[in-house]
Amino acid sequence: MTEPLLELRGVNKSFGVVHVLHDVDFAVYPGQVTALVGDNGAGKSTLVKVIAGIYGRDSGDYLFEGKPVNVHGPRDVAGLGIEVVYQDLALCDNLDIVQNMFLGRELRRWPVLDEAQMEAKARETLASLSVRTVKSVRQPVASLSGGQRQTVAIAKAVLWNSKIVLLDEPTAALGVAQTRQVLDLVRRLADRGLGVVLISHNMTDVFEVADRITALYLGRVAADVPASEVSHREVVELITAGRSESHGIAESPTSATI
Amino acid sequence: MTTETPETRPASATYADADFAQDSHRAGTLREAARDYLNRVRGGDMGSLPALLGLLVLFVIFGLTTDSFFTNLNLANLTVQAAPICVLAMALVPVLLIGEIDLSAGVASGTGAAITALAIVDHGQPWPVAVVAGIACGAVIGLAIGAMVARLGIPSFVVTLSFFLALQGVMLRLIGQGGSVRFNHEVLRGLAIKNVPVTLGWICAVAIVAAYAALALFTYRRQVARDLARPPFGLVVLRIAVLAVVVLGLTAYFNVNRSRNPFFPIEGVPYMVPVVVVILLLMTFLLSRTAFGRHLYAVGGNREAARRAGINVLYMRIMAFVLCSSLAAVAGILQAAYSGKVSPGSGGGNVLLYAVGAAVIGGTSLFGGRGRAIDGVIGGVVLATVDNGLPLLIDKSYANYLVTGGVLLLAASVDAISRRRRSATGV
Repeated sequence: MTEPLLELRGVNKSFGVVHVLHDVDFAVYPGQVTALVGDNGAGKSTLVKVIAGIYGRDSGDYLFEGKPVNVHGPRDVAGLGIEVVYQDLALCDNLDIVQNMFLGRELRRWPVLDEAQMEAKARETLASLSVRTVKSVRQPVASLSGGQRQTVAIAKAVLWNSKIVLLDEPTAALGVAQTRQVLDLVRRLADRGLGVVLISHNMTDVFEVADRITALYLGRVAADVPASEVSHREVVELITAGRSESHGIAESPTSATI
Repeated sequence: MTTETPETRPASATYADADFAQDSHRAGTLREAARDYLNRVRGGDMGSLPALLGLLVLFVIFGLTTDSFFTNLNLANLTVQAAPICVLAMALVPVLLIGEIDLSAGVASGTGAAITALAIVDHGQPWPVAVVAGIACGAVIGLAIGAMVARLGIPSFVVTLSFFLALQGVMLRLIGQGGSVRFNHEVLRGLAIKNVPVTLGWICAVAIVAAYAALALFTYRRQVARDLARPPFGLVVLRIAVLAVVVLGLTAYFNVNRSRNPFFPIEGVPYMVPVVVVILLLMTFLLSRTAFGRHLYAVGGNREAARRAGINVLYMRIMAFVLCSSLAAVAGILQAAYSGKVSPGSGGGNVLLYAVGAAVIGGTSLFGGRGRAIDGVIGGVVLATVDNGLPLLIDKSYANYLVTGGVLLLAASVDAISRRRRSATGV
């Protein structure tokens, strides 16, 4: 096994009296899709926000490329090369694809925007991701379908030579063909050597693209296993009961109670 | 696990590259560009088209029903009359872009003008200092409004309505009940009553057309060289031709002697025009060519997306109001130059309506995220035409209020309907 790009060790996080994350260990490997699964309230979103730097940690280590790093906010995390694509797409309908991809990080030749350079780079990035469904990079985002918008949001995340991309429910609102399109893209990101984290409820999607599966159960890591070693049924049990045969949280009363 | 370098892309990527290269980098022929435009209009992306058609209708009506509308003197007067409204409407554009409203822009313009006038008359300041003081006053007003809207989260409607009332009190206190301040400084008053010398007017007009043509052709050449999305060459030429006809035509029109007195010629472009053109160019540059402008659109389009993209939304919202009120002060100074005085009522009454109305009539959306500086100029000319032509037709001021109110309501309806259409067709 190669060294993980990103590793969280023993992370705890509480909101007041609610202990949301218990000693969570989580790792993202380059060139692999790590699926983060768990029921509602299992702590997936909290974990993502801890990784994204939106929430701080109460305890635990944050290691990037094997070295402990101090992250104090989303900007530090973006600086490491970690990008998050949120569920409710963060795109502006009134701007075109290029403008959206460079939003907040516009290239300029002081003080004028360098439209030519931005358009060329956007086109290059989309082409390298084999995106071939947009008519023109200069069309407004409002005219795109759900799958295309998701594609643009993901392309925006990889435009900056990011090393890790976290995708929060990227296929939740999509149709069959569009889901296909996005899953292909997720796979291609990993094939390019990026560490990809896929947060999803959909087991079919997870088994289709994931290399590893990390299941959260009531704020604890129930299992962190290669996708090839578990079955669909076992993962569902891990999500709903926290354990399944050889995998999962030990059935001791102290650790199973909250 | 191997990391793939760009040179060793999977086969699908090379296929996609080829596929992607076929996608439209250019709009094809002029005919296709025209069809694209028609589709956009049908889909609800109308821009300034309704305003331009409305202007045409107004000109035909006033031209047919009155004798004096189409005289050279009246049209020159219309232009000078329109200038302050145009600038005030351009001031509103940034605020409308972020999806807010400023009902106090009219009285902010009056307050700015009052400060400028008092600085000259009571304190004997040179005019540049007085103008800067007026604009600074506008900026402070904008800062206060912006801070309350963005920082405290009070709806802009309420904050600016309070300022609309309070600033009228400030003006009464500054100028005094029933009084007014003369505004007859040679340079500032000259903006409204003097004209650019004929030769200089021609030189500037030709320079503007030449500069635009050079810039457009240079941009097109670079787009071709780097294979970027670009309009058909015919369209580029057409745009240059239209601009040349408008600029040179207007210059030729204004450079004809329009005086009724043969011994006292009035000729040349009124100084108001270059002032509006400079402000228009600066605003257009700011909105469409700088990151600041791009961020204004982003905040108006999707505030949460803008925040996640790392844009300082609070700062952008405050700056939109600062920009608005500062530019409103400029409009107030131009209005004072036109009327020759500042009174406590300056900027009140239906100037409020003009300010918001002109920008919306020109095609800026009340819902945020859509609009250009030129919209304000076009809408301002429409409202000034109503203001100028209607008294020639019906000499009753109730008609002016009714028609102007109706025009604003019509523009807002067009805005709302085209927004619905846009969301249905996804243009």
